[in-house]
Amino acid sequence: MTAVPVSYYLVLSAILFGLGVVAFVFKRNIITIFMAIELMLNAVNLAFVTFDRMHAGAPSLMGGAPATHDGWVFVFFVIVVAAAEAAVGLAIVITVVHNRQTLNVERMNLLKF
Amino acid sequence: MSLALILFFVFGTIAVVGAILMIFVRQPIHSALALVLVMVSLAALYLLQGAEFIATVQVIVYAGAIMVLFVFVIMLLNAGNEERTNVSKLAKFAGLPLAVLMTIGLAVWIARASAVMASPSNTGVHGAVDPTRELSTLLFHDYLFPFEATSILVLIAIIGALVLAKRDS
Repeated sequence: MTAVPVSYYLVLSAILFGLGVVAFVFKRNIITIFMAIELMLNAVNLAFVTFDRMHAGAPSLMGGAPATHDGWVFVFFVIVVAAAEAAVGLAIVITVVHNRQTLNVERMNLLKF
Repeated sequence: MSLALILFFVFGTIAVVGAILMIFVRQPIHSALALVLVMVSLAALYLLQGAEFIATVQVIVYAGAIMVLFVFVIMLLNAGNEERTNVSKLAKFAGLPLAVLMTIGLAVWIARASAVMASPSNTGVHGAVDPTRELSTLLFHDYLFPFEATSILVLIAIIGALVLAKRDS
Protein backbone atom coordinates (compact mmCIF):
# COMPACT_ATOMS: atom_id res chain seq x y z
CA MET A 1 0.00 0.00 0.00
CA THR A 2 3.00 2.34 -0.13
CA ALA A 3 3.33 2.55 -3.88
CA VAL A 4 2.39 6.23 -4.19
CA PRO A 5 5.50 8.36 -4.87
CA VAL A 6 6.61 10.72 -2.13
CA SER A 7 6.45 13.72 -4.45
CA TYR A 8 2.67 13.33 -4.98
CA TYR A 9 2.03 13.80 -1.28
CA LEU A 10 4.40 16.76 -1.11
CA VAL A 11 2.71 18.47 -4.06
CA LEU A 12 -0.68 17.94 -2.38
CA SER A 13 0.76 19.41 0.82
CA ALA A 14 2.04 22.46 -1.08
CA ILE A 15 -1.35 22.98 -2.75
CA LEU A 16 -3.20 22.78 0.59
CA PHE A 17 -0.73 25.22 2.16
CA GLY A 18 -1.21 27.64 -0.75
CA LEU A 19 -4.99 27.44 -0.39
CA GLY A 20 -4.54 28.17 3.32
CA VAL A 21 -2.50 31.27 2.50
CA VAL A 22 -5.15 32.45 0.02
CA ALA A 23 -7.90 31.92 2.60
CA PHE A 24 -5.84 33.77 5.20
CA VAL A 25 -5.39 36.77 2.92
CA PHE A 26 -8.91 36.96 1.50
CA LYS A 27 -11.20 36.07 4.36
CA ARG A 28 -12.71 38.91 6.39
CA ASN A 29 -14.16 36.88 9.25
CA ILE A 30 -11.74 36.44 12.15
CA ILE A 31 -12.92 32.86 12.87
CA THR A 32 -12.43 31.83 9.25
CA ILE A 33 -8.94 33.33 9.32
CA PHE A 34 -8.21 31.06 12.28
CA MET A 35 -9.46 28.10 10.26
CA ALA A 36 -7.05 29.05 7.46
CA ILE A 37 -4.20 28.80 9.96
CA GLU A 38 -5.41 25.32 10.96
CA LEU A 39 -5.47 24.34 7.28
CA MET A 40 -1.84 25.42 6.86
CA LEU A 41 -0.84 23.44 9.97
CA ASN A 42 -2.56 20.37 8.52
CA ALA A 43 -0.68 20.76 5.24
CA VAL A 44 2.61 20.85 7.14
CA ASN A 45 1.57 17.73 9.08
CA LEU A 46 1.01 15.89 5.81
CA ALA A 47 4.54 16.85 4.71
CA PHE A 48 5.92 15.59 8.06
CA VAL A 49 4.21 12.20 7.72
CA THR A 50 5.44 11.90 4.15
CA PHE A 51 9.05 12.69 5.03
CA ASP A 52 8.80 10.22 7.91
CA ARG A 53 7.74 7.49 5.49
CA MET A 54 10.67 8.44 3.28
CA HIS A 55 13.27 8.29 6.03
CA ALA A 56 12.09 5.72 8.60
CA GLY A 57 14.19 2.61 8.32
CA ALA A 58 16.79 4.30 6.14
CA PRO A 59 20.37 4.33 7.43
CA SER A 60 21.06 7.28 9.71
CA LEU A 61 23.10 10.13 8.28
CA MET A 62 25.40 10.06 11.31
CA GLY A 63 25.95 6.35 11.03
CA GLY A 64 24.65 3.97 13.64
CA ALA A 65 21.10 2.76 14.13
CA PRO A 66 18.52 3.31 11.38
CA ALA A 67 16.31 6.38 11.67
CA THR A 68 13.07 5.88 13.62
CA HIS A 69 9.65 7.46 13.31
CA ASP A 70 10.71 10.89 14.53
CA GLY A 71 8.44 12.58 12.00
CA TRP A 72 5.35 11.19 13.74
CA VAL A 73 6.51 12.70 17.04
CA PHE A 74 6.81 16.10 15.34
CA VAL A 75 3.24 15.71 14.08
CA PHE A 76 2.12 15.08 17.65
CA PHE A 77 3.79 18.25 18.86
CA VAL A 78 2.26 20.26 16.01
CA ILE A 79 -1.20 18.92 16.95
CA VAL A 80 -0.69 19.81 20.62
CA VAL A 81 0.50 23.33 19.79
CA ALA A 82 -2.43 23.76 17.37
CA ALA A 83 -4.88 22.75 20.09
CA ALA A 84 -3.36 25.20 22.59
CA GLU A 85 -3.32 27.93 19.96
CA ALA A 86 -6.96 27.33 19.07
CA ALA A 87 -8.02 27.52 22.73
CA VAL A 88 -6.17 30.77 23.45
CA GLY A 89 -6.96 32.30 20.05
CA LEU A 90 -10.68 31.66 20.31
CA ALA A 91 -10.70 33.12 23.82
CA ILE A 92 -9.07 36.26 22.40
CA VAL A 93 -11.67 36.30 19.60
CA ILE A 94 -14.51 36.14 22.14
CA THR A 95 -13.00 39.03 24.13
CA VAL A 96 -12.42 41.17 21.04
CA VAL A 97 -15.92 40.54 19.70
CA HIS A 98 -17.44 41.46 23.05
CA ASN A 99 -15.51 44.71 23.00
CA ARG A 100 -15.92 45.69 19.33
CA GLN A 101 -19.24 44.01 18.48
CA THR A 102 -17.98 42.79 15.09
CA LEU A 103 -16.28 39.78 13.54
CA ASN A 104 -14.92 41.74 10.59
CA VAL A 105 -11.16 42.19 10.85
CA GLU A 106 -11.28 45.47 8.94
CA ARG A 107 -13.18 47.07 11.82
CA MET A 108 -10.54 45.97 14.32
CA ASN A 109 -8.20 48.85 13.61
CA LEU A 110 -7.46 50.21 17.06
CA LEU A 111 -3.72 49.78 16.57
CA LYS A 112 -3.73 50.93 12.97
CA PHE A 113 -1.62 53.99 12.29
CA MET B 1 -2.85 2.04 -11.55
CA SER B 2 -2.67 0.48 -8.13
CA LEU B 3 -5.30 0.70 -5.41
CA ALA B 4 -3.09 2.98 -3.30
CA LEU B 5 -2.74 5.46 -6.15
CA ILE B 6 -6.50 5.50 -6.77
CA LEU B 7 -7.18 6.05 -3.06
CA PHE B 8 -4.58 8.83 -2.98
CA PHE B 9 -6.24 10.65 -5.86
CA VAL B 10 -9.73 10.22 -4.39
CA PHE B 11 -8.81 11.58 -0.95
CA GLY B 12 -6.43 14.19 -2.33
CA THR B 13 -9.23 15.54 -4.56
CA ILE B 14 -11.62 15.59 -1.60
CA ALA B 15 -9.06 17.53 0.47
CA VAL B 16 -8.41 20.13 -2.25
CA VAL B 17 -12.12 20.54 -3.00
CA GLY B 18 -12.83 20.97 0.72
CA ALA B 19 -10.14 23.64 1.01
CA ILE B 20 -11.51 25.52 -2.03
CA LEU B 21 -15.04 25.27 -0.59
CA MET B 22 -13.73 26.72 2.66
CA ILE B 23 -12.57 29.81 0.77
CA PHE B 24 -15.69 30.40 -1.32
CA VAL B 25 -18.47 29.60 1.14
CA ARG B 26 -20.05 32.61 2.88
CA GLN B 27 -21.22 31.17 6.21
CA PRO B 28 -18.50 30.47 8.80
CA ILE B 29 -20.28 27.30 9.89
CA HIS B 30 -20.08 25.94 6.33
CA SER B 31 -16.38 26.82 6.24
CA ALA B 32 -15.94 24.81 9.44
CA LEU B 33 -17.70 21.79 7.94
CA ALA B 34 -15.53 22.03 4.80
CA LEU B 35 -12.44 22.08 7.04
CA VAL B 36 -13.68 18.92 8.81
CA LEU B 37 -13.92 17.31 5.36
CA VAL B 38 -10.29 18.28 4.64
CA MET B 39 -9.13 16.89 7.99
CA VAL B 40 -10.92 13.55 7.60
CA SER B 41 -9.51 13.03 4.12
CA LEU B 42 -6.05 13.91 5.44
CA ALA B 43 -6.54 11.22 8.11
CA ALA B 44 -7.25 8.76 5.29
CA LEU B 45 -4.02 9.85 3.60
CA TYR B 46 -2.10 9.23 6.85
CA LEU B 47 -3.62 5.72 6.98
CA LEU B 48 -2.48 5.20 3.41
CA GLN B 49 1.09 6.01 4.49
CA GLY B 50 1.04 3.52 7.35
CA ALA B 51 0.58 6.03 10.18
CA GLU B 52 -2.49 4.47 11.80
CA PHE B 53 -2.08 6.13 15.18
CA ILE B 54 -1.56 9.58 13.68
CA ALA B 55 -4.73 9.10 11.62
CA THR B 56 -6.70 8.21 14.76
CA VAL B 57 -5.33 11.22 16.64
CA GLN B 58 -6.11 13.43 13.65
CA VAL B 59 -9.76 12.38 13.69
CA ILE B 60 -10.17 12.52 17.47
CA VAL B 61 -8.23 15.70 18.25
CA TYR B 62 -8.53 17.77 15.09
CA ALA B 63 -11.87 16.80 13.60
CA GLY B 64 -13.32 16.00 17.01
CA ALA B 65 -12.04 18.45 19.58
CA ILE B 66 -10.62 21.49 17.79
CA MET B 67 -13.38 21.78 15.20
CA VAL B 68 -16.06 21.33 17.87
CA LEU B 69 -14.41 24.27 19.67
CA PHE B 70 -14.61 26.31 16.46
CA VAL B 71 -18.26 25.43 15.87
CA PHE B 72 -18.99 26.24 19.50
CA VAL B 73 -17.49 29.73 19.16
CA ILE B 74 -19.33 30.31 15.87
CA MET B 75 -22.61 29.44 17.58
CA LEU B 76 -21.72 31.48 20.67
CA LEU B 77 -20.93 34.62 18.68
CA ASN B 78 -23.87 34.04 16.34
CA ALA B 79 -21.65 34.49 13.29
CA GLY B 80 -23.87 34.96 10.28
CA ASN B 81 -23.15 35.81 6.69
CA GLU B 82 -19.70 37.14 6.13
CA GLU B 83 -19.61 40.78 5.14
CA ARG B 84 -18.05 41.08 1.73
CA THR B 85 -15.87 44.16 1.57
CA ASN B 86 -13.64 45.29 -1.23
CA VAL B 87 -10.45 43.31 -1.37
CA SER B 88 -7.54 45.60 -0.65
CA LYS B 89 -5.30 46.48 -3.57
CA LEU B 90 -2.29 44.94 -1.84
CA ALA B 91 -4.05 41.59 -1.43
CA LYS B 92 -5.43 41.64 -4.96
CA PHE B 93 -2.33 42.57 -6.91
CA ALA B 94 0.44 41.27 -4.68
CA GLY B 95 -1.03 38.68 -2.32
CA LEU B 96 -2.93 36.41 -4.70
CA PRO B 97 -0.27 36.24 -7.45
CA LEU B 98 2.41 35.62 -4.84
CA ALA B 99 0.40 32.82 -3.21
CA VAL B 100 -0.29 31.16 -6.57
CA LEU B 101 3.34 31.61 -7.63
CA MET B 102 4.59 30.12 -4.37
CA THR B 103 2.31 27.08 -4.71
CA ILE B 104 3.28 26.43 -8.34
CA GLY B 105 6.95 27.03 -7.58
CA LEU B 106 6.91 24.60 -4.66
CA ALA B 107 5.05 21.98 -6.69
CA VAL B 108 7.44 22.24 -9.65
CA TRP B 109 10.47 22.18 -7.39
CA ILE B 110 9.21 19.09 -5.54
CA ALA B 111 8.32 17.31 -8.78
CA ARG B 112 11.77 18.03 -10.22
CA ALA B 113 13.55 16.98 -7.04
CA SER B 114 11.58 13.73 -6.76
CA ALA B 115 14.06 12.00 -9.04
CA VAL B 116 16.78 12.48 -6.43
CA MET B 117 14.60 11.52 -3.47
CA ALA B 118 15.02 8.06 -2.05
CA SER B 119 12.12 5.75 -2.67
CA PRO B 120 10.08 4.84 0.42
CA SER B 121 11.86 2.11 2.25
CA ASN B 122 9.59 1.23 5.14
CA THR B 123 7.78 -1.60 3.41
CA GLY B 124 9.64 -4.45 4.98
CA VAL B 125 12.33 -2.96 7.19
CA HIS B 126 10.09 -2.22 10.13
CA GLY B 127 7.79 -5.14 9.64
CA ALA B 128 9.08 -6.82 12.77
CA VAL B 129 8.52 -3.86 15.10
CA ASP B 130 5.03 -2.56 15.75
CA PRO B 131 5.20 1.09 14.62
CA THR B 132 2.82 2.29 17.33
CA ARG B 133 4.95 0.63 20.01
CA GLU B 134 8.03 2.25 18.50
CA LEU B 135 6.24 5.61 18.55
CA SER B 136 5.41 5.27 22.24
CA THR B 137 9.02 4.44 23.04
CA LEU B 138 10.12 7.53 21.13
CA LEU B 139 7.54 9.77 22.78
CA PHE B 140 8.05 8.63 26.38
CA HIS B 141 11.77 7.91 26.24
CA ASP B 142 13.71 9.84 23.61
CA TYR B 143 11.42 12.87 23.56
CA LEU B 144 10.48 12.84 27.25
CA PHE B 145 11.57 16.41 27.99
CA PRO B 146 9.72 18.00 25.02
CA PHE B 147 6.70 15.90 25.98
CA GLU B 148 6.71 17.30 29.53
CA ALA B 149 7.27 20.79 28.14
CA THR B 150 4.14 20.47 25.99
CA SER B 151 2.15 19.45 29.05
CA ILE B 152 3.16 22.73 30.70
CA LEU B 153 2.29 24.57 27.48
CA VAL B 154 -1.20 23.05 27.49
CA LEU B 155 -1.64 23.96 31.16
CA ILE B 156 -0.68 27.58 30.42
CA ALA B 157 -3.05 27.60 27.44
CA ILE B 158 -5.95 26.38 29.59
CA ILE B 159 -5.33 29.05 32.23
CA GLY B 160 -4.85 31.74 29.58
CA ALA B 161 -8.08 30.82 27.81
CA LEU B 162 -9.99 30.89 31.10
CA VAL B 163 -8.58 34.27 32.08
CA LEU B 164 -9.23 35.79 28.64
CA ALA B 165 -12.77 34.50 28.23
CA LYS B 166 -13.83 35.39 31.77
CA ARG B 167 -16.42 38.13 31.95
CA ASP B 168 -15.32 41.06 34.09
CA SER B 169 -17.82 41.58 36.83
